[in-house]
Amino acid sequence: MGLFKDSNLITDPLADNNPVTIQVLGICSALAITAELEASIVMAIAVMFVLGMGNVVISLMRNIIPSKIRIIVQLIIVAALVIIVDLVLKAFAYQLSKTLSVFVGLIITNCIIMGRFEAFALANKPWRSFLDGIGNAAGYGIILVIVGFFRELLGSGTLLGFKVLGDSIEKTGVYAYGYENNGFMLLAPMALITLGIIIWIQRNKNTALIED
Amino acid sequence: MEHIELFFKSIFIDNMVFATFLGMCSYLAVSKKVATAVGLGAAVIFVLAITVPLNWLLDQYLLQPGALSWLGEEYADYDLSFLSFIMFIATIATMVQLVEIVVEKFSPALYNSLGIFLPLIAVNCAILGGSLFMQSREIESLGLAFNYGVSSGIGWFLAILAIAAIREKIRYSNVPPALRGLGITFIITGLMAIGFMSFGGMLTGGGDTGKGNEMSQTAIDKIIVEVDKIDNSKN
Repeated sequence: MGLFKDSNLITDPLADNNPVTIQVLGICSALAITAELEASIVMAIAVMFVLGMGNVVISLMRNIIPSKIRIIVQLIIVAALVIIVDLVLKAFAYQLSKTLSVFVGLIITNCIIMGRFEAFALANKPWRSFLDGIGNAAGYGIILVIVGFFRELLGSGTLLGFKVLGDSIEKTGVYAYGYENNGFMLLAPMALITLGIIIWIQRNKNTALIED
Repeated sequence: MEHIELFFKSIFIDNMVFATFLGMCSYLAVSKKVATAVGLGAAVIFVLAITVPLNWLLDQYLLQPGALSWLGEEYADYDLSFLSFIMFIATIATMVQLVEIVVEKFSPALYNSLGIFLPLIAVNCAILGGSLFMQSREIESLGLAFNYGVSSGIGWFLAILAIAAIREKIRYSNVPPALRGLGITFIITGLMAIGFMSFGGMLTGGGDTGKGNEMSQTAIDKIIVEVDKIDNSKN
């Protein structure tokens, strides 16, 4: 029963209250690591772990944290969780942890995490906080996957490393017709512009979201 | 010479906002007015100038593999680098709290205008990112670490100042309704980033031998990853 009652905690952040496009949280990592789809997916899972666990821990401790030093307490908890993620990545996916480089560490300062701690976990019970964490991380993940999908597809002609558009050197698939990869998609500026276009489309569909 | 090189490289080529997207959250949230943008930018320079050298000392004498050798032979094998996230963020959070107290005491006007954003500096990716990049780029001396902190702070300051000025003016333009606010800010930032990419030629243009192939660290990282991938696919 509780699950159905609170299911809006998971579904809202997916679209109309998306942490990236509406609440403007967690932009840094959303842009920096989306040149490849695989890195985007791993990053989304890492954030989901940290945010879900962190929300529960903060929610359990919400009555004993003195409000003056709560930011430091929150940062220490996130940092501990991120160290777990970092060590797991280094042990099982070393190549990926190289690709993500400092951005695993920067999950600590991902504003989504602090934002949800402040806005939700400090005032709600553990189960609801957990759902909120998972929902917001999923909303963040969706944007990451969309941006990663287009950047990898248009930039290197691959998806998750598979050559879906054919081989660019041997000129098979669409390359046989003169298609070229747009290497610009892999560089920093196009990540910003891709995200801008996603926001544009989303607000065109739901005009209630338009800013004045 | 290397000081000047690092200085300009951190401001223009490896600009925190345009090349590595650090501190985007506060960059987008606080850039509606030039005055507040200047305040936050100055705070970021100040905090970076303090935390990067501090974290450099921590890294050098506590965290690096073998960093504890100054305690004696038997400590030389210790590698505490897995603690660096937690140590860096603790240093930063403490420093930010200190800055907050000082600003509140000496400049209540600035404190009021920055409002809730001063605590947000603690979670500004630019601050932690500065320390983490300092660590991963293996900056050699305390002086260079200070230089890196100040110059990347200035780079961030320039970026937020520019976008705040543009956003103040764009209010009078006829932007498509759905793009207003966040959307157009992203696209403008993208265009500015394209502009800043042209600074990449700055360090290759000089006649200095040995510096001819200098590239931004992010570009080098990308190439290394690509090469690794090719190697993997061959296996």
